[in-house]
Amino acid sequence: MTNTKTLRLIDTFLNGLSEDFGAFADLKMEALDALRTQGLPALKEEEYKFTPISKKLESTFGEIKATQKINLTAAQVAAAHIPGLDAHVLVFNNGQWDQELSNFTGAEFQILSIEENEANLNGKIGAIAKNDRDHFVPLNSLTFQEGISLEIPKGKALTKPVLILHFVQALEGNYTAPRTYISAQSQTAGTFIEKTISLDEAPYFNNVVTEIHVGENAHIHYYRVQEESRSGITVNNFETNIHRDATFTSVVLTLQGDMLRNNLSLNLLDSGCEGNMYGLYLVNGKTHVDNHTNVDHTKPHAESNELYKGILADQSRGVFNGKIFVRQDAQKTNAFQQNNNILLSEDAIVNTKPQLEIWADDVKCSHGCTIGQLDEEALFYLRARGIGKESARGLLLYAFAGEVLEHIKEESFRDYCIGLLQERLGGSY
Amino acid sequence: MSKDNQILEELTSKEYEHGWWVDYEADEAPAGLNEDIIRWISSKKEEPEWLLEWRLKAFRTYMKMKEPVWANVTYPKIDLQTLKFYSAPKQNNKPKSLDEIDPELLKIYERLGINLNEQKRLQGIAVDAVLDSVSVGTTFKETLGKLGVIFCSFSEAVKEHPELVKKYLGSVVPITDNYYAALNSAVFSDGSFCYIPKGVRCPMELSTYFRINAANTGQFERTLIIAEEGSYVSYLEGCTAPQRDENQLHAAVVEIYAAKNAEVKYSTVQNWFPGDKNGKGGIYNFVTKRGICAGDYSKISWTQVETGSAVTWKYPSCILKGDHSIGEFYSVAVTNNYQQADTGTKMIHIGKNTKSRIVSKGISAGRSQNSYRGQVQVMKRATNARNFSQCDSLLMGDRCGAHTFPYIDIQNPTAKVEHEATTSKIGEDQIFYCNQRGIATEDAVALIVNGYAKEVLNQLPMEFAVEAQKLLALTLEGSVG
Repeated sequence: MTNTKTLRLIDTFLNGLSEDFGAFADLKMEALDALRTQGLPALKEEEYKFTPISKKLESTFGEIKATQKINLTAAQVAAAHIPGLDAHVLVFNNGQWDQELSNFTGAEFQILSIEENEANLNGKIGAIAKNDRDHFVPLNSLTFQEGISLEIPKGKALTKPVLILHFVQALEGNYTAPRTYISAQSQTAGTFIEKTISLDEAPYFNNVVTEIHVGENAHIHYYRVQEESRSGITVNNFETNIHRDATFTSVVLTLQGDMLRNNLSLNLLDSGCEGNMYGLYLVNGKTHVDNHTNVDHTKPHAESNELYKGILADQSRGVFNGKIFVRQDAQKTNAFQQNNNILLSEDAIVNTKPQLEIWADDVKCSHGCTIGQLDEEALFYLRARGIGKESARGLLLYAFAGEVLEHIKEESFRDYCIGLLQERLGGSY
Repeated sequence: MSKDNQILEELTSKEYEHGWWVDYEADEAPAGLNEDIIRWISSKKEEPEWLLEWRLKAFRTYMKMKEPVWANVTYPKIDLQTLKFYSAPKQNNKPKSLDEIDPELLKIYERLGINLNEQKRLQGIAVDAVLDSVSVGTTFKETLGKLGVIFCSFSEAVKEHPELVKKYLGSVVPITDNYYAALNSAVFSDGSFCYIPKGVRCPMELSTYFRINAANTGQFERTLIIAEEGSYVSYLEGCTAPQRDENQLHAAVVEIYAAKNAEVKYSTVQNWFPGDKNGKGGIYNFVTKRGICAGDYSKISWTQVETGSAVTWKYPSCILKGDHSIGEFYSVAVTNNYQQADTGTKMIHIGKNTKSRIVSKGISAGRSQNSYRGQVQVMKRATNARNFSQCDSLLMGDRCGAHTFPYIDIQNPTAKVEHEATTSKIGEDQIFYCNQRGIATEDAVALIVNGYAKEVLNQLPMEFAVEAQKLLALTLEGSVG
């Protein structure tokens, strides 16, 4: 069903396209077809039922237009660095790879520009995050510029984490589309940390696509912190293919933004693999955060764990949709999912849908979700011991939220996240 | 393994017990659906003008609606134009009492194990028997009449108590609610009507027994239960249909209204023909059931045991409008062979201090697909709302599926909502434990399944619980070994 109404948002893009796409013509052609047939999310569409993203984009921008690179300085990059973290730094400037400001000397991995290496990367880009996955994947496929491919060669364990910094500032246009493809070959290990920095308060739309190949016996951690400006709109499509005996762990900390939608998909493609997804959304103001996660168990003896927690204050809204698929072949699967929320204000809203779809009989799957408040008795216990109301609440919320951050293995980044958490809990709560 | 196969074979080849039908002379509407048919049905039933208008309005609404596709079921589309929307056994004179009902019809019910003869009944349950499109008889009318309880067929209620019907019809499930509810509103033929006056505790269980007999018909019944302030009623519903090769449509609407301090308990054991082992035939059960706890401290409780119908699409719901009102939903849904069930509930918390509880137990075997779909909604002013949901699935065999789609939408910070779900199969250790103690595998499975479903079965009135247990054993006996 073509939705002409939502397509109006990307009119300029569609009209400005020439039939000659250059690099990745097939991928772009396919993306264009997908966009023309499915449009952008229509109102009330099941997957976007509680996140009216098209309406949001239309009321904010009227139309989406690509924005240019900004004059970024080394000082700005240094300021965005995580204190105490020794890492390779990759910089994206309004969605485009910025090699000059990036710093990965003595690199243990290989970085290629996607556009310039079609021969090497054809069939890889768009093979994990497929164009029919989400409305915004084909839009990214059609519009990304200077995306990168990062490969960890076989048998290599990264000695330092990779810090990916996205600098975003709306200049003339409002739209950025970073594209990253990470390939961790077999028997590799690595940690990635991703952070988005909004340089000012002008509204922008950041349409991110990340594809990760986790080869046999590879162990990858991917951490993201989302503290964007109050007018930043982000759609993040993140998809991984996980192979035999490999593990993949994702931690997402969402603190601020206008509307944030995270699609996270783990495809467990072989036996012995493990997928972990942890998330914490701690939002206030009018921030709208939507986490859609998807775990697909296709083969026997794989495991997935999921824990998402939310604390919602003011007029914020938290949406969670967790899907677990267990295919017929995936016997002996263990899949666990949990979503807990605390509402702190009258105007905050939670919509949660933990979904299980199971076709195999010899499995252990469970999901649970709760929505509630702080335990009155715990609060009383603390206050009876002379701890003020605010501090007691902060302490309990910190304990509630801390459980998610424990899964961050990189110490200095964990400390950084705990700092953000404490700052937030000490401030507005 | 060979024993397992044998047991499985036995199970899958087990015939549906109520698959027979009786040929009787019937009054039937011509096939098809249009305004004339609706006028025909209305005039056949000698309905007042306002009801015809209401039906036509529903039909016009229906024409604008599209068949819902969101449910996790697939089935060939039904061509409504080939269906007959009205079929009634021909009775020469209107029976004034049960004695005058055609003995042939009574025999149908006797064969189903339901005795419409009051003297012979010991169970103390008043029954309204609905055959195809009409109610053939209601028992214990007089006894109930003395207390002011009205329990009769829907058409009778339209004639005798039009003011009540007019006031409550469509008040819980409006004609615009959904595709099948609109269709039902346009063409509903009969059903049960039940009114419990203020302060009356209904002394016996009220029961409706639905039976589809005719071929190529759809059954569209409408049930309306009104419990006035401080009253209590327990209502039972049972259904069967003959084994026919083509799919038949059952699109009913049930509305419950509970005033202040009233309590309604609605129990149903659904045993529609589920289709044969190759998935041929069977009833499409597309039902809208909803109750409103309109008054403070009111309570509505749904209990269902679903073993029948080829495709089920059913969400008995509660609107908790009154403060301190309570909604409950207990369900066991068993699917086997090619059955598909998409069932669950909606709990809408509007009033303060409202509570709801959902216990759903799904059991899938064969190649069936069993889905739980539920919604818990806490509105902004529903302070201190409390919900607990539990939905468990049991899988038997590796060709079936169990799915869970819970929607939880909370707009009030004082709400406490919990949802938990598990999926598992019967543990080998559990079976081994029973075997060790001299319990045969087959019995052990029955034991475990019954234990698994006990929480729900316990909610059923005694007589139904026995029937439900038998049904469970019958549907699942030995399907895991």
